[in-house]
Amino acid sequence: MNSAFFQEFRDRDLVRGLAESVRRLTGGRGKPMTFMEVCGTHTMSIYQYGIRSLLPPEVRLISGPGCPVCVTPVGFMDRAIACARLPGTIVATFGDMMRVPGSSSSLLEERAKGADIRIVYSPLDALALAAKNPGKRVVFPGVGFETTAPAVAATIMSALSRGISNFFVLCAHKTIPVPMRILSSDPELGIDGFICPAHVSAIIGAGAFRFLAREHGVPCVVTGFEPADIMRGVEMLARQVSEGRATVENEYSRFVSEGGNARAKDLLARVFVPADTQWRGLGVIPESGLEIREEYREFDAEKTLPLEVEEPREPEGCLCGEVLKGKIAPAACPLFAAACTPEQPVGACMVSSEGSCAAAYKYGQ
Amino acid sequence: MCLAVPMRITSIEGEVMVAEMDGVRREASLMMLGDEVKVGDYVLIHAGFAISRLDEEEAEETLSIMRDCLDLSRAPA
Repeated sequence: MNSAFFQEFRDRDLVRGLAESVRRLTGGRGKPMTFMEVCGTHTMSIYQYGIRSLLPPEVRLISGPGCPVCVTPVGFMDRAIACARLPGTIVATFGDMMRVPGSSSSLLEERAKGADIRIVYSPLDALALAAKNPGKRVVFPGVGFETTAPAVAATIMSALSRGISNFFVLCAHKTIPVPMRILSSDPELGIDGFICPAHVSAIIGAGAFRFLAREHGVPCVVTGFEPADIMRGVEMLARQVSEGRATVENEYSRFVSEGGNARAKDLLARVFVPADTQWRGLGVIPESGLEIREEYREFDAEKTLPLEVEEPREPEGCLCGEVLKGKIAPAACPLFAAACTPEQPVGACMVSSEGSCAAAYKYGQ
Repeated sequence: MCLAVPMRITSIEGEVMVAEMDGVRREASLMMLGDEVKVGDYVLIHAGFAISRLDEEEAEETLSIMRDCLDLSRAPA
């Protein structure tokens, strides 16, 4: 097996064959099927490979809240900015966070004003920065779902075992199954099936979505990010709907198992505890966030640093919240491509490379 | 943000590995996979950590189902 193997999942004929199968399953059906792709990386792939143009009109794909940067509320950005304003402090962040608007500034603007803000690829890079700069604090904004949170947990454990005491995490990690349950029961959305987030599933396992099928009757498919994966995922969902079944099927079994990654789940349980958290657009959702456990509070920026934060203000006219719930397409926002562009973003969905608005802007609506 | 890329492991030293794909080399932690992996395996890398190992048999199986679908779509309805 070599890297060319992965290209097979982009094979045009395979994608067309699967699209044909979707057409056969949905043809003649009066009512359209609505499937939500929860993950922002799926949203990006769907635009990039023109998946919608290959689907019959009976299938409607809507984008969900699975872009971590997009669902992070403005107040969190304000706290990250407050960290950057503390003297002797380096903020080490994933690049996507730089341009996300806070109430009155962004990390990018703070850097231009002289704050020490570095872009890192891994939380381990932020820890290395702390080890190299013992006279400074290093704050890592912990944003992301179950895919990313174990990496941050592992980094906190590593900081503890190496005795690095100038490393802090500003924690806004979120978990995805509960918001999916809430969206699945929204009659306005009428979701007939979920394309489950694939790399979240690599950690929590396909089994984590079984309650959605069992208790709420929603078909779920875990699928990869290549065009043939996505088309096959849609085909599997269409088949479940047409046969009147609701179960969890796993198209991405090459990387996702039923139980997920036990070590990663153990890291999550050891360092974090479930907590209520606020989602942009969805409000406060009980037990859908991860908070750093008391045992690790010395690494919790929120609890240990003197942060001065302004009252959060959402950008005026921004409809990110509606986009994140799948209620409107990006182009239905009056700011889209007018006041709000990737160069001058108003809302987070236009900032992140996997935000629905950024995808719609880049690849056409 | 949940983007993860498949790469082939070229060396392992303790909990740190080096992986390569299409000429790009990257170091990553094996803390979440441990001794389940060996040099030559494909793993998914996310934020500096290997999070999952490729199951080659499952990958072949998935492709074979897709090919069957393609054959069916070419058959007369």
